[in-house]
Amino acid sequence: MAPDYSDASAGEIAAAVARGETTAAAVTEATLARIARLNPLLNAFTDVTAERARRRAKAIDDTRAAGRALGPLAGVPFAVKNLFAVEGLPTRAGSKINRERMPAPKDSPLIERLEAAGAVLVGALNMGEYAYDFTGENLHDGPSRNPHDSQHMTGGSSGGSGSAVAGRLVPLALGSDTNGSIRVPSSLCGIFGLKPTYGRLSLARSFPFVASLDHFGPFARTARDLALAYDAMQGPDPEDPICADRAAELALPTLDAGIAGLRIARAIGYFNEGLLPEAEEALTRVAAALAVSGTIEIPEARRARAAAYVITAAEGAALHLDRLRERPDDFDPAVRDRLIAGAMIPAALVMKAQQFRRWYRARVLALFDGVDAIIAPATPCTAPKIGQKTFVLNGVELPVRPNLGLYTQPISFIGLPVVAVPVPLSPLPIGVQIIAPPWREDVALRIASVLEQAGIAAAPKPAIEGAA
Amino acid sequence: MTTRDTLDDYLDGAAGALRLPIETAWRPAVKANLEMLLAFADLVDAFPLPEEMPPAPVYRA
Repeated sequence: MAPDYSDASAGEIAAAVARGETTAAAVTEATLARIARLNPLLNAFTDVTAERARRRAKAIDDTRAAGRALGPLAGVPFAVKNLFAVEGLPTRAGSKINRERMPAPKDSPLIERLEAAGAVLVGALNMGEYAYDFTGENLHDGPSRNPHDSQHMTGGSSGGSGSAVAGRLVPLALGSDTNGSIRVPSSLCGIFGLKPTYGRLSLARSFPFVASLDHFGPFARTARDLALAYDAMQGPDPEDPICADRAAELALPTLDAGIAGLRIARAIGYFNEGLLPEAEEALTRVAAALAVSGTIEIPEARRARAAAYVITAAEGAALHLDRLRERPDDFDPAVRDRLIAGAMIPAALVMKAQQFRRWYRARVLALFDGVDAIIAPATPCTAPKIGQKTFVLNGVELPVRPNLGLYTQPISFIGLPVVAVPVPLSPLPIGVQIIAPPWREDVALRIASVLEQAGIAAAPKPAIEGAA
Repeated sequence: MTTRDTLDDYLDGAAGALRLPIETAWRPAVKANLEMLLAFADLVDAFPLPEEMPPAPVYRA
């Protein structure tokens, strides 16, 4: 029987391909078979690019046979949230309307960069409509399902990314995070997710949401795989005016440097309110493993979240204004009604939110004079049930959809890099945010790696119904 | 049926000015979202910022 690489990390797969213990073709076929078997349950994939993947895998195997060097992700299957342009597919961005678009003529640059490192694209992933979502539910394609319990949410909006990686359909996926859409599904699905610094990774050739706040990043089951993928994707991109003109700063070389000398504090105040016991337990475990004794108050976090909410609604409404006028019935009503309201926010209040953002950024950056990283909850709770509309936080019944991102929004608002690390609680995992200063993804990844080595952070293997 | 208030007038006016169709069935949800957004915007507006504070995005020619 052929070795099973479904639970292997990206790094292990690439090493096995490089050593000739398996082939990119064999890994690809096994991946396609697993997707065919499990996707009807998980609903993570909306498109499977099987023929393309087979061609790509053959090219990698031919490269090895010719004795030429392989990339660091040789033969590693990956998939992308369906707002990334994939050549030949309409970039649907979770919507009904966009699937009428012309097929994309070219892949997103991040796909090109991962494939240049040897990775093999196997498909596009389910997501909340137009990324305006924290649940992973989708009216048109059905909800992506949590591999740890298919009756529970994946979190969103990169729900398919969370499901595919946690469900061992792929070891690596890409998603986007405007207010928490990488960190929320990482938390609820129990995997590692990296939301890099704003402007670090190219947003070119994708369907946008909120230009002021959009970020792309990887999901994986190990910190090392996050670093591998992140390093392969960094660097300026003249096609994306938001992408920083800044050379790559590799995270992998220092991943095992440990945390000696790093000052880490736990965020309190806003970030301590509304936590359910499982979120507190995860934070306590992480803080203990890192010997965190200090606390830090991030000033005006509640207002920061409010400002992020306002900017998101207003910019999102501007993006979709024509579609809201012409095809309102083709939206998910929950998305449409929020966007219409967003169109009505007075511009003066949106500008105030952008002014506040500059003030808040300066205050939070000053905190990093005294600490190197901050830990905070990723979500207030483990995965709610699919369809669940409300939960009780701090004794107040609140809607689930906007509030799963309670703790992620004030951080992405000023573009700080974050690694969401999974704490394998039972019956469902939950994540913790490791927050670093801008451009210090390496610090957050080092801390994530230490937590992984200590056994505190891990992507638990789900017992998927019907899986071997 | 909820009573009309100034937000209803604002909503009608803004929908007309923006040429956004709002069907009766969606109207309560749009209004609830607008109420929440304005509450968030008020929270931001209430914060005393220096007048010279530039907005976060800065255009460079």
